[in-house]
Amino acid sequence: MKISQLSVFLENRPHSLLEPLQALAAAQIDLSGIALADSEQFGILRLVLRDWARARALLQSGGWAVTVTDMVAIQVEDQPGGLVRLLEVLAAAGADIEYMYGFFVRRSGRLAMLFRFAAPERAIAALEGAGVTMLGEDALY
Amino acid sequence: MLKERWNDRAGGFHPVSAPDFLPRPQLRELQSRRLQAVVARAWDKVALFRERLQARALTPNDIGGIGDIAALPFTVKADLRDTYPFGLFASPMDEVVRLHASSGTTGKPIVVAYTREDVEVWTEAMARTFAACGLHRGDILQNAFGYGLFTGGMGTHYGAEAIGAAVIPVSGGNTERQIMLMRDFGVTAVCATPSFFVHLVEKAAEMGVDLKSLPLRTGVFGAEPWSDGMRERIEAETGIEAFDIYGLSEITGPGVATECTCHDGLHVFEDHFFPEIIDPATGAALPDGEEGELVLTTLSKRAMPMIRYRTRDITAILTEPCGCGRTMRRIRRISRRSDDMFIIRGVNVFPSQVETALLEVEGTVPHYQIVLTRDHGLDQMTVEVEVTPEVFSDTVRGMEELRARIGRAIEHVLGIRVGLRLVGPHSIPRSEGKARRVIDKRHD
Repeated sequence: MKISQLSVFLENRPHSLLEPLQALAAAQIDLSGIALADSEQFGILRLVLRDWARARALLQSGGWAVTVTDMVAIQVEDQPGGLVRLLEVLAAAGADIEYMYGFFVRRSGRLAMLFRFAAPERAIAALEGAGVTMLGEDALY
Repeated sequence: MLKERWNDRAGGFHPVSAPDFLPRPQLRELQSRRLQAVVARAWDKVALFRERLQARALTPNDIGGIGDIAALPFTVKADLRDTYPFGLFASPMDEVVRLHASSGTTGKPIVVAYTREDVEVWTEAMARTFAACGLHRGDILQNAFGYGLFTGGMGTHYGAEAIGAAVIPVSGGNTERQIMLMRDFGVTAVCATPSFFVHLVEKAAEMGVDLKSLPLRTGVFGAEPWSDGMRERIEAETGIEAFDIYGLSEITGPGVATECTCHDGLHVFEDHFFPEIIDPATGAALPDGEEGELVLTTLSKRAMPMIRYRTRDITAILTEPCGCGRTMRRIRRISRRSDDMFIIRGVNVFPSQVETALLEVEGTVPHYQIVLTRDHGLDQMTVEVEVTPEVFSDTVRGMEELRARIGRAIEHVLGIRVGLRLVGPHSIPRSEGKARRVIDKRHD
Protein backbone atom coordinates (compact mmCIF):
# COMPACT_ATOMS: atom_id res chain seq x y z
CA MET A 1 0.00 0.00 0.00
CA LYS A 2 2.88 2.35 0.79
CA ILE A 3 5.36 3.62 -1.73
CA SER A 4 8.88 4.43 -0.63
CA GLN A 5 10.13 7.85 -1.62
CA LEU A 6 13.69 9.10 -1.33
CA SER A 7 14.35 12.68 -0.27
CA VAL A 8 17.78 14.18 -0.86
CA PHE A 9 19.10 17.36 0.72
CA LEU A 10 20.42 19.79 -1.88
CA GLU A 11 22.50 22.83 -1.18
CA ASN A 12 21.47 25.99 -2.93
CA ARG A 13 24.34 26.10 -5.43
CA PRO A 14 24.95 25.28 -9.11
CA HIS A 15 25.04 21.57 -10.03
CA SER A 16 23.44 20.44 -6.78
CA LEU A 17 20.50 18.89 -8.67
CA LEU A 18 22.66 17.51 -11.46
CA GLU A 19 25.14 15.59 -9.32
CA PRO A 20 22.84 13.08 -7.56
CA LEU A 21 20.94 12.45 -10.78
CA GLN A 22 24.23 11.81 -12.59
CA ALA A 23 25.13 9.28 -9.92
CA LEU A 24 21.82 7.46 -10.41
CA ALA A 25 22.08 7.59 -14.20
CA ALA A 26 25.59 6.13 -14.11
CA ALA A 27 24.17 3.18 -12.15
CA GLN A 28 21.37 2.72 -14.72
CA ILE A 29 18.71 3.54 -12.13
CA ASP A 30 15.39 4.56 -13.63
CA LEU A 31 13.20 7.22 -12.03
CA SER A 32 9.41 7.02 -12.03
CA GLY A 33 8.63 10.28 -10.28
CA ILE A 34 10.59 13.38 -9.35
CA ALA A 35 9.66 16.53 -7.47
CA LEU A 36 11.64 19.44 -6.12
CA ALA A 37 10.87 21.49 -3.06
CA ASP A 38 12.93 24.58 -2.68
CA SER A 39 13.40 27.39 -0.24
CA GLU A 40 15.66 30.38 -0.47
CA GLN A 41 18.37 28.46 1.33
CA PHE A 42 18.22 24.85 0.17
CA GLY A 43 16.30 22.34 -1.87
CA ILE A 44 14.81 18.91 -1.27
CA LEU A 45 14.85 16.50 -4.18
CA ARG A 46 12.16 13.84 -3.96
CA LEU A 47 12.34 10.70 -6.02
CA VAL A 48 9.96 7.80 -6.53
CA LEU A 49 11.48 4.75 -8.12
CA ARG A 50 11.27 1.00 -8.07
CA ASP A 51 14.94 0.57 -7.23
CA TRP A 52 14.81 2.90 -4.23
CA ALA A 53 16.91 0.73 -1.90
CA ARG A 54 19.83 0.59 -4.32
CA ALA A 55 19.46 4.28 -5.09
CA ARG A 56 19.49 5.13 -1.39
CA ALA A 57 22.65 3.12 -0.76
CA LEU A 58 24.32 4.72 -3.76
CA LEU A 59 23.42 8.27 -2.76
CA GLN A 60 24.37 7.74 0.88
CA SER A 61 27.76 6.35 -0.04
CA GLY A 62 28.19 9.37 -2.30
CA GLY A 63 27.76 11.62 0.74
CA TRP A 64 24.18 12.83 0.35
CA ALA A 65 21.73 13.05 3.23
CA VAL A 66 18.87 10.77 2.20
CA THR A 67 15.67 9.84 4.00
CA VAL A 68 13.00 7.36 3.05
CA THR A 69 9.39 8.47 3.43
CA ASP A 70 6.20 6.44 3.05
CA MET A 71 3.96 7.80 0.33
CA VAL A 72 0.49 6.64 -0.55
CA ALA A 73 -0.34 6.04 -4.21
CA ILE A 74 -4.02 6.55 -4.86
CA GLN A 75 -5.85 5.71 -8.04
CA VAL A 76 -7.72 8.73 -9.28
CA GLU A 77 -10.58 8.68 -11.74
CA ASP A 78 -9.37 10.48 -14.84
CA GLN A 79 -12.45 12.69 -15.21
CA PRO A 80 -13.67 16.04 -13.83
CA GLY A 81 -14.16 15.85 -10.08
CA GLY A 82 -12.03 12.72 -9.70
CA LEU A 83 -9.54 14.41 -7.45
CA VAL A 84 -12.20 16.38 -5.61
CA ARG A 85 -13.99 13.22 -4.50
CA LEU A 86 -10.71 11.87 -3.18
CA LEU A 87 -9.87 15.06 -1.31
CA GLU A 88 -13.33 15.12 0.23
CA VAL A 89 -12.69 11.70 1.74
CA LEU A 90 -9.38 12.88 3.14
CA ALA A 91 -10.85 16.13 4.47
CA ALA A 92 -13.65 14.29 6.20
CA ALA A 93 -11.10 11.99 7.86
CA GLY A 94 -8.91 14.92 8.93
CA ALA A 95 -5.91 13.44 7.08
CA ASP A 96 -3.36 16.24 6.72
CA ILE A 97 -1.52 16.34 3.41
CA GLU A 98 2.11 17.39 3.78
CA TYR A 99 2.63 17.53 0.03
CA MET A 100 1.72 15.69 -3.16
CA TYR A 101 3.07 15.05 -6.61
CA GLY A 102 1.36 17.02 -9.40
CA PHE A 103 0.42 13.85 -11.16
CA PHE A 104 1.82 10.46 -11.70
CA VAL A 105 1.15 8.49 -14.88
CA ARG A 106 1.14 4.74 -14.64
CA ARG A 107 2.43 2.69 -17.52
CA SER A 108 -1.04 1.33 -18.08
CA GLY A 109 -2.21 4.85 -18.89
CA ARG A 110 -4.37 5.22 -15.81
CA LEU A 111 -3.73 8.05 -13.35
CA ALA A 112 -2.32 7.68 -9.90
CA MET A 113 -1.48 10.47 -7.50
CA LEU A 114 1.13 10.36 -4.80
CA PHE A 115 0.51 11.90 -1.40
CA ARG A 116 2.66 12.49 1.60
CA PHE A 117 0.45 12.43 4.70
CA ALA A 118 1.37 13.57 8.16
CA ALA A 119 -0.20 10.31 9.38
CA PRO A 120 -0.25 7.77 6.53
CA GLU A 121 -2.05 5.01 8.47
CA ARG A 122 -4.96 7.24 9.25
CA ALA A 123 -5.30 8.37 5.64
CA ILE A 124 -5.11 4.81 4.36
CA ALA A 125 -7.85 3.69 6.74
CA ALA A 126 -10.09 6.53 5.61
CA LEU A 127 -9.49 5.81 1.94
CA GLU A 128 -10.08 2.11 2.39
CA GLY A 129 -13.33 2.88 4.18
CA ALA A 130 -14.45 5.01 1.25
CA GLY A 131 -13.59 2.28 -1.27
CA VAL A 132 -10.76 4.27 -2.88
CA THR A 133 -8.17 2.15 -4.72
CA MET A 134 -4.60 2.48 -3.60
CA LEU A 135 -1.65 0.98 -5.38
CA GLY A 136 1.33 -0.93 -4.09
CA GLU A 137 4.77 -0.87 -5.67
CA ASP A 138 3.96 -3.91 -7.80
CA ALA A 139 0.96 -2.22 -9.35
CA LEU A 140 2.66 1.13 -9.71
CA TYR A 141 5.86 0.37 -11.58
CA MET B 1 49.47 9.03 53.29
CA LEU B 2 49.55 10.12 49.69
CA LYS B 3 52.99 8.65 49.26
CA GLU B 4 51.61 5.21 50.05
CA ARG B 5 48.64 5.73 47.79
CA TRP B 6 50.69 6.36 44.71
CA ASN B 7 52.86 3.39 45.44
CA ASP B 8 49.90 1.13 45.94
CA ARG B 9 49.87 -1.35 43.09
CA ALA B 10 46.29 -2.41 43.73
CA GLY B 11 44.45 0.36 41.97
CA GLY B 12 46.52 3.19 43.41
CA PHE B 13 48.60 5.71 41.58
CA HIS B 14 51.33 4.90 39.12
CA PRO B 15 54.81 5.60 40.57
CA VAL B 16 55.42 8.09 37.78
CA SER B 17 52.72 10.29 39.33
CA ALA B 18 54.72 10.86 42.54
CA PRO B 19 55.64 14.49 41.79
CA ASP B 20 51.93 15.27 41.22
CA PHE B 21 51.46 14.94 44.99
CA LEU B 22 54.37 17.06 46.23
CA PRO B 23 53.35 19.03 49.30
CA ARG B 24 52.82 22.68 48.30
CA PRO B 25 55.70 24.17 50.37
CA GLN B 26 58.12 21.64 48.93
CA LEU B 27 56.79 22.32 45.42
CA ARG B 28 57.24 26.05 45.88
CA GLU B 29 60.79 25.55 47.07
CA LEU B 30 61.49 23.43 43.99
CA GLN B 31 59.92 26.01 41.70
CA SER B 32 62.05 28.78 43.21
CA ARG B 33 65.25 26.82 42.79
CA ARG B 34 64.41 25.88 39.21
CA LEU B 35 63.34 29.40 38.27
CA GLN B 36 66.64 30.82 39.48
CA ALA B 37 68.53 28.23 37.49
CA VAL B 38 66.58 28.76 34.27
CA VAL B 39 66.85 32.54 34.51
CA ALA B 40 70.60 32.27 35.04
CA ARG B 41 70.88 29.94 32.07
CA ALA B 42 68.82 32.19 29.77
CA TRP B 43 70.84 35.22 30.90
CA ASP B 44 74.08 33.44 30.02
CA LYS B 45 72.99 31.94 26.72
CA VAL B 46 70.14 33.92 25.16
CA ALA B 47 71.04 37.44 24.00
CA LEU B 48 67.44 38.62 23.64
CA PHE B 49 66.59 37.64 27.21
CA ARG B 50 69.72 39.25 28.65
CA GLU B 51 69.04 42.50 26.75
CA ARG B 52 65.50 42.60 28.05
CA LEU B 53 66.62 42.12 31.65
CA GLN B 54 69.28 44.79 31.22
CA ALA B 55 66.70 47.17 29.81
CA ARG B 56 64.81 46.72 33.09
CA ALA B 57 68.02 47.05 35.10
CA LEU B 58 67.59 43.49 36.32
CA THR B 59 70.08 40.68 36.77
CA PRO B 60 69.40 37.04 37.70
CA ASN B 61 70.36 37.98 41.27
CA ASP B 62 67.15 40.00 41.54
CA ILE B 63 65.13 36.81 41.26
CA GLY B 64 65.10 35.42 44.76
CA GLY B 65 62.40 32.86 44.13
CA ILE B 66 59.18 32.04 42.35
CA GLY B 67 57.48 35.01 44.06
CA ASP B 68 59.59 37.37 41.94
CA ILE B 69 58.54 35.89 38.61
CA ALA B 70 56.27 38.81 37.69
CA ALA B 71 59.30 41.08 37.49
CA LEU B 72 60.56 39.19 34.46
CA PRO B 73 59.76 40.26 30.88
CA PHE B 74 57.30 38.32 28.74
CA THR B 75 58.23 36.22 25.75
CA VAL B 76 55.78 36.26 22.84
CA LYS B 77 55.34 34.21 19.68
CA ALA B 78 56.82 37.02 17.56
CA ASP B 79 60.09 36.58 19.48
CA LEU B 80 60.35 33.04 18.11
CA ARG B 81 59.68 34.24 14.57
CA ASP B 82 62.06 37.19 14.84
CA THR B 83 64.91 34.95 15.97
CA TYR B 84 64.14 32.18 13.46
CA PRO B 85 65.49 29.57 13.37
CA PHE B 86 67.83 29.11 16.36
CA GLY B 87 68.07 32.54 18.00
CA LEU B 88 66.50 31.55 21.34
CA PHE B 89 68.48 28.35 21.82
CA ALA B 90 70.40 28.10 25.07
CA SER B 91 72.25 24.93 24.10
CA PRO B 92 74.78 24.33 21.32
CA MET B 93 73.66 21.96 18.57
CA ASP B 94 76.03 19.38 20.12
CA GLU B 95 73.57 19.02 22.96
CA VAL B 96 70.36 19.28 20.96
CA VAL B 97 68.83 15.92 20.12
CA ARG B 98 65.49 16.97 18.62
CA LEU B 99 64.01 19.83 16.61
CA HIS B 100 60.29 20.40 16.04
CA ALA B 101 58.59 23.22 14.19
CA SER B 102 55.14 24.69 13.70
CA SER B 103 53.48 24.39 10.33
CA GLY B 104 54.12 28.07 9.73
CA THR B 105 50.85 28.85 7.98
CA THR B 106 51.33 32.52 8.75
CA GLY B 107 54.84 33.64 7.96
CA LYS B 108 57.90 31.83 9.26
CA PRO B 109 57.47 28.67 11.29
CA ILE B 110 58.61 28.59 14.88
CA VAL B 111 61.32 26.13 15.79
CA VAL B 112 61.75 24.41 19.16
CA ALA B 113 64.72 22.39 20.40
CA TYR B 114 65.26 19.70 23.01
CA THR B 115 68.33 18.36 24.74
CA ARG B 116 68.31 14.77 25.93
CA GLU B 117 67.26 16.03 29.39
CA ASP B 118 64.42 18.04 27.80
CA VAL B 119 63.14 14.93 26.04
CA GLU B 120 63.28 13.10 29.38
CA VAL B 121 61.27 15.81 31.14
CA TRP B 122 58.75 15.85 28.30
CA THR B 123 58.47 12.06 28.43
CA GLU B 124 57.97 12.22 32.20
CA ALA B 125 55.26 14.88 31.84
CA MET B 126 53.41 12.84 29.22
CA ALA B 127 53.75 9.67 31.30
CA ARG B 128 52.23 11.57 34.25
CA THR B 129 49.50 12.75 31.88
CA PHE B 130 48.61 9.22 30.82
CA ALA B 131 48.79 7.98 34.41
CA ALA B 132 46.31 10.70 35.41
CA CYS B 133 44.04 9.49 32.59
CA GLY B 134 44.15 5.99 34.08
CA LEU B 135 46.33 4.34 31.46
CA HIS B 136 48.74 1.62 32.50
CA ARG B 137 50.87 -1.29 31.37
CA GLY B 138 48.80 -3.58 29.16
CA ASP B 139 46.87 -0.76 27.52
CA ILE B 140 46.96 -0.60 23.73
CA LEU B 141 47.12 3.04 22.70
CA GLN B 142 46.29 4.12 19.18
CA ASN B 143 48.12 7.40 18.71
CA ALA B 144 46.35 9.42 16.03
CA PHE B 145 48.23 12.64 16.76
CA GLY B 146 50.37 13.58 13.80
CA TYR B 147 53.96 12.34 13.86
CA GLY B 148 56.46 14.69 12.37
CA LEU B 149 57.31 18.32 12.89
CA PHE B 150 54.19 18.67 15.07
CA THR B 151 55.01 17.80 18.69
CA GLY B 152 51.77 15.89 19.33
CA GLY B 153 52.68 12.49 17.93
CA MET B 154 56.19 12.00 19.32
CA GLY B 155 55.41 13.58 22.70
CA THR B 156 52.50 11.26 23.42
CA HIS B 157 54.38 8.32 21.96
CA TYR B 158 57.33 8.60 24.35
CA GLY B 159 55.08 9.17 27.37
CA ALA B 160 52.85 6.19 26.61
CA GLU B 161 55.83 3.90 26.17
CA ALA B 162 57.23 5.15 29.45
CA ILE B 163 54.20 3.96 31.40
CA GLY B 164 54.41 0.62 29.61
CA ALA B 165 51.47 0.93 27.23
CA ALA B 166 51.72 -0.62 23.77
CA VAL B 167 51.68 2.26 21.31
CA ILE B 168 50.35 2.04 17.75
CA PRO B 169 52.00 5.00 15.97
CA VAL B 170 49.27 5.32 13.35
CA SER B 171 49.48 9.15 13.17
CA GLY B 172 46.58 11.15 11.69
CA GLY B 173 44.52 10.40 8.60
CA ASN B 174 43.54 7.16 6.90
CA THR B 175 40.29 6.90 8.78
CA GLU B 176 39.19 3.48 7.61
CA ARG B 177 42.47 1.87 8.58
CA GLN B 178 42.21 3.56 11.98
CA ILE B 179 38.84 1.88 12.57
CA MET B 180 40.20 -1.44 11.39
CA LEU B 181 43.19 -1.22 13.76
CA MET B 182 40.95 -0.16 16.62
CA ARG B 183 38.77 -3.22 16.11
CA ASP B 184 41.37 -5.83 15.17
CA PHE B 185 44.03 -4.88 17.74
CA GLY B 186 41.60 -4.49 20.63
CA VAL B 187 42.69 -0.90 21.18
CA THR B 188 41.89 0.32 24.72
CA ALA B 189 42.85 3.99 24.41
CA VAL B 190 43.06 6.60 21.68
CA CYS B 191 44.97 9.86 21.40
CA ALA B 192 43.62 12.33 18.84
CA THR B 193 42.36 15.81 18.25
CA PRO B 194 38.70 15.82 19.31
CA SER B 195 37.58 16.82 15.81
CA PHE B 196 39.43 13.93 14.22
CA PHE B 197 37.97 11.54 16.77
CA VAL B 198 34.44 12.74 15.94
CA HIS B 199 35.30 12.00 12.33
CA LEU B 200 36.42 8.49 13.35
CA VAL B 201 33.16 7.95 15.23
CA GLU B 202 31.16 8.87 12.13
CA LYS B 203 33.27 6.65 9.94
CA ALA B 204 32.92 3.71 12.32
CA ALA B 205 29.14 4.06 12.15
CA GLU B 206 29.27 4.11 8.35
CA MET B 207 31.42 0.97 8.38
CA GLY B 208 29.02 -0.75 10.75
CA VAL B 209 31.59 -0.91 13.58
CA ASP B 210 30.02 -0.39 17.00
CA LEU B 211 32.68 1.36 19.08
CA LYS B 212 30.75 0.56 22.25
CA SER B 213 31.30 -3.15 21.65
CA LEU B 214 35.10 -2.72 21.41
CA PRO B 215 37.54 -2.74 24.39
CA LEU B 216 38.15 0.99 23.79
CA ARG B 217 37.68 2.76 27.13
CA THR B 218 39.74 5.97 27.17
CA GLY B 219 40.20 8.91 24.83
CA VAL B 220 42.96 11.46 25.40
CA PHE B 221 42.16 14.56 23.40
CA GLY B 222 44.00 17.80 22.87
CA ALA B 223 45.67 20.24 20.48
CA GLU B 224 42.49 22.26 19.92
CA PRO B 225 39.75 23.74 22.11
CA TRP B 226 36.66 21.59 22.51
CA SER B 227 33.57 22.02 24.61
CA ASP B 228 32.04 20.02 27.44
CA GLY B 229 29.05 19.41 25.17
CA MET B 230 31.31 17.76 22.63
CA ARG B 231 32.78 15.62 25.42
CA GLU B 232 29.31 14.49 26.50
CA ARG B 233 28.45 13.58 22.94
CA ILE B 234 31.69 11.65 22.41
CA GLU B 235 31.21 9.78 25.68
CA ALA B 236 27.55 9.00 24.99
CA GLU B 237 28.17 7.78 21.45
CA THR B 238 31.25 5.67 22.16
CA GLY B 239 31.05 4.71 25.82
CA ILE B 240 34.60 5.95 26.46
CA GLU B 241 35.90 8.32 29.12
CA ALA B 242 37.27 11.42 27.41
CA PHE B 243 40.18 13.39 28.91
CA ASP B 244 41.33 16.85 27.93
CA ILE B 245 45.06 17.47 27.77
CA TYR B 246 46.88 20.70 27.09
CA GLY B 247 50.23 21.69 25.77
CA LEU B 248 52.04 23.79 23.22
CA SER B 249 55.24 23.32 21.28
CA GLU B 250 56.82 26.51 22.60
CA ILE B 251 56.68 25.09 26.13
CA THR B 252 57.30 21.41 25.36
CA GLY B 253 54.38 20.04 23.32
CA PRO B 254 51.60 17.96 24.90
CA GLY B 255 52.20 17.26 28.58
CA VAL B 256 51.87 20.72 30.08
CA ALA B 257 48.54 19.98 31.78
CA THR B 258 45.99 17.19 31.98
CA GLU B 259 42.67 16.29 33.45
CA CYS B 260 42.49 13.59 36.07
CA THR B 261 39.48 11.33 36.59
CA CYS B 262 37.69 14.18 38.42
CA HIS B 263 37.39 16.04 35.06
CA ASP B 264 37.28 19.39 36.82
CA GLY B 265 40.02 21.41 35.20
CA LEU B 266 43.50 20.39 34.10
CA HIS B 267 46.42 19.93 36.52
CA VAL B 268 49.45 21.87 35.31
CA PHE B 269 52.71 20.02 35.88
CA GLU B 270 53.93 23.11 37.62
CA ASP B 271 57.14 21.56 38.88
CA HIS B 272 58.28 21.97 35.25
CA PHE B 273 55.83 24.48 33.73
CA PHE B 274 54.89 27.37 35.99
CA PRO B 275 51.50 28.95 35.22
CA GLU B 276 50.44 32.55 35.75
CA ILE B 277 47.33 34.41 34.64
CA ILE B 278 47.65 37.96 33.35
CA ASP B 279 45.33 40.63 32.08
CA PRO B 280 45.86 40.32 28.31
CA ALA B 281 45.37 44.06 27.82
CA THR B 282 47.72 45.39 30.51
CA GLY B 283 50.00 42.44 31.19
CA ALA B 284 49.33 42.77 34.93
CA ALA B 285 49.43 39.54 36.92
CA LEU B 286 45.99 38.43 38.10
CA PRO B 287 45.29 36.48 41.28
CA ASP B 288 44.35 32.81 41.13
CA GLY B 289 40.70 32.34 40.29
CA GLU B 290 40.48 35.27 37.88
CA GLU B 291 40.16 34.76 34.16
CA GLY B 292 42.90 36.00 31.87
CA GLU B 293 45.68 34.91 29.56
CA LEU B 294 47.77 31.93 30.56
CA VAL B 295 51.50 32.63 30.83
CA LEU B 296 53.90 29.71 31.22
CA THR B 297 57.54 29.47 32.28
CA THR B 298 59.60 26.36 31.56
CA LEU B 299 61.36 25.76 34.87
CA SER B 300 63.51 22.86 33.66
CA LYS B 301 63.97 23.44 29.95
CA ARG B 302 67.59 23.53 28.79
CA ALA B 303 67.71 23.87 24.99
CA MET B 304 65.10 26.56 24.77
CA PRO B 305 63.96 28.11 28.04
CA MET B 306 60.71 30.04 27.72
CA ILE B 307 60.38 32.68 30.40
CA ARG B 308 56.84 34.01 30.94
CA TYR B 309 55.63 32.88 27.52
CA ARG B 310 52.26 34.39 26.59
CA THR B 311 50.13 31.50 25.33
CA ARG B 312 47.15 33.61 24.10
CA ASP B 313 44.93 30.99 25.77
CA ILE B 314 42.21 32.31 28.06
CA THR B 315 41.62 30.45 31.33
CA ALA B 316 41.75 30.79 35.12
CA ILE B 317 43.75 28.97 37.78
CA LEU B 318 41.62 26.87 40.12
CA THR B 319 43.06 26.71 43.61
CA GLU B 320 40.60 24.50 45.50
CA PRO B 321 42.14 21.09 46.25
CA CYS B 322 41.18 18.48 43.66
CA GLY B 323 39.41 15.30 44.68
CA CYS B 324 42.25 13.21 43.24
CA GLY B 325 44.69 14.54 45.82
CA ARG B 326 47.15 16.03 43.34
CA THR B 327 48.72 19.24 44.63
CA MET B 328 49.40 20.63 41.17
CA ARG B 329 47.08 23.60 40.60
CA ARG B 330 44.51 23.28 37.86
CA ILE B 331 43.56 25.51 34.97
CA ARG B 332 40.00 25.65 33.74
CA ARG B 333 39.40 23.87 30.43
CA ILE B 334 40.57 26.19 27.68
CA SER B 335 37.82 26.95 25.24
CA ARG B 336 39.07 30.24 23.94
CA ARG B 337 42.22 31.68 22.49
CA SER B 338 42.58 35.41 22.31
CA ASP B 339 43.93 34.81 18.78
CA ASP B 340 40.70 33.12 17.68
CA MET B 341 38.46 35.95 18.73
CA PHE B 342 36.87 38.10 16.09
CA ILE B 343 34.49 41.00 16.35
CA ILE B 344 31.15 41.03 14.56
CA ARG B 345 29.09 44.19 14.88
CA GLY B 346 30.98 45.11 18.00
CA VAL B 347 30.48 41.76 19.70
CA ASN B 348 33.43 39.56 20.62
CA VAL B 349 32.88 36.10 19.16
CA PHE B 350 34.84 32.92 19.84
CA PRO B 351 34.35 29.86 17.59
CA SER B 352 33.75 27.74 20.70
CA GLN B 353 30.58 29.72 21.46
CA VAL B 354 29.14 28.64 18.12
CA GLU B 355 29.96 25.04 18.96
CA THR B 356 28.21 25.39 22.30
CA ALA B 357 25.11 26.71 20.54
CA LEU B 358 25.08 23.94 17.95
CA LEU B 359 25.36 21.29 20.61
CA GLU B 360 22.28 22.69 22.31
CA VAL B 361 20.25 21.83 19.24
CA GLU B 362 19.20 18.22 19.45
CA GLY B 363 20.67 16.09 16.71
CA THR B 364 23.26 18.52 15.45
CA VAL B 365 26.68 16.95 15.25
CA PRO B 366 29.49 19.43 15.52
CA HIS B 367 30.54 19.69 11.90
CA TYR B 368 30.45 23.35 11.19
CA GLN B 369 32.58 26.19 10.04
CA ILE B 370 32.41 29.91 10.36
CA VAL B 371 32.93 32.01 7.26
CA LEU B 372 33.90 35.63 7.70
CA THR B 373 33.35 38.02 4.83
CA ARG B 374 33.38 41.77 4.41
CA ASP B 375 30.47 43.49 2.77
CA HIS B 376 30.67 47.27 2.26
CA GLY B 377 33.25 47.51 5.03
CA LEU B 378 31.17 45.52 7.52
CA ASP B 379 32.29 42.15 8.78
CA GLN B 380 29.72 39.42 8.24
CA MET B 381 29.68 36.03 9.84
CA THR B 382 28.00 32.97 8.35
CA VAL B 383 27.82 29.66 10.16
CA GLU B 384 27.72 26.67 7.84
CA VAL B 385 26.26 23.58 9.43
CA GLU B 386 26.16 20.16 7.86
CA VAL B 387 22.78 18.47 7.55
CA THR B 388 23.06 14.90 8.72
CA PRO B 389 20.72 12.08 7.71
CA GLU B 390 19.47 12.06 11.33
CA VAL B 391 18.17 15.62 11.23
CA PHE B 392 17.21 15.76 7.56
CA SER B 393 13.49 16.01 7.00
CA ASP B 394 11.77 15.51 3.66
CA THR B 395 9.55 18.53 4.29
CA VAL B 396 10.59 22.13 3.75
CA ARG B 397 8.80 23.02 6.98
CA GLY B 398 10.84 20.49 8.93
CA MET B 399 14.06 21.91 7.54
CA GLU B 400 13.02 25.50 8.16
CA GLU B 401 12.28 24.56 11.75
CA LEU B 402 15.74 23.05 12.11
CA ARG B 403 17.27 26.20 10.67
CA ALA B 404 15.26 28.35 13.03
CA ARG B 405 16.25 26.23 16.05
CA ILE B 406 19.93 26.51 15.16
CA GLY B 407 19.58 30.22 14.44
CA ARG B 408 17.90 30.85 17.80
CA ALA B 409 20.54 28.85 19.68
CA ILE B 410 23.36 30.84 18.07
CA GLU B 411 21.62 34.14 18.67
CA HIS B 412 21.02 33.14 22.29
CA VAL B 413 24.71 32.44 22.90
CA LEU B 414 26.25 35.28 20.86
CA GLY B 415 23.60 37.91 21.42
CA ILE B 416 23.58 38.79 17.74
CA ARG B 417 21.95 37.29 14.69
CA VAL B 418 24.38 35.86 12.16
CA GLY B 419 24.07 34.20 8.77
CA LEU B 420 23.30 30.50 8.75
CA ARG B 421 23.63 28.09 5.87
CA LEU B 422 22.70 24.44 5.89
CA VAL B 423 25.14 22.45 3.78
CA GLY B 424 25.28 18.84 2.65
CA PRO B 425 26.93 16.08 4.68
CA HIS B 426 30.72 15.91 4.32
CA SER B 427 30.84 19.19 2.42
CA ILE B 428 32.96 20.78 5.15
CA PRO B 429 36.53 19.53 4.87
CA ARG B 430 37.48 17.13 7.69
CA SER B 431 40.60 17.88 9.59
CA GLU B 432 43.10 15.16 10.20
CA GLY B 433 44.77 17.36 12.75
CA LYS B 434 43.51 20.58 14.21
CA ALA B 435 40.08 21.55 12.93
CA ARG B 436 39.94 24.70 10.85
CA ARG B 437 36.77 26.28 12.18
CA VAL B 438 37.07 29.77 10.78
CA ILE B 439 37.46 30.61 7.11
CA ASP B 440 38.41 34.24 6.89
CA LYS B 441 37.60 35.74 3.50
CA ARG B 442 37.59 39.33 4.73
CA HIS B 443 40.80 40.19 2.92
CA ASP B 444 40.22 38.24 -0.28
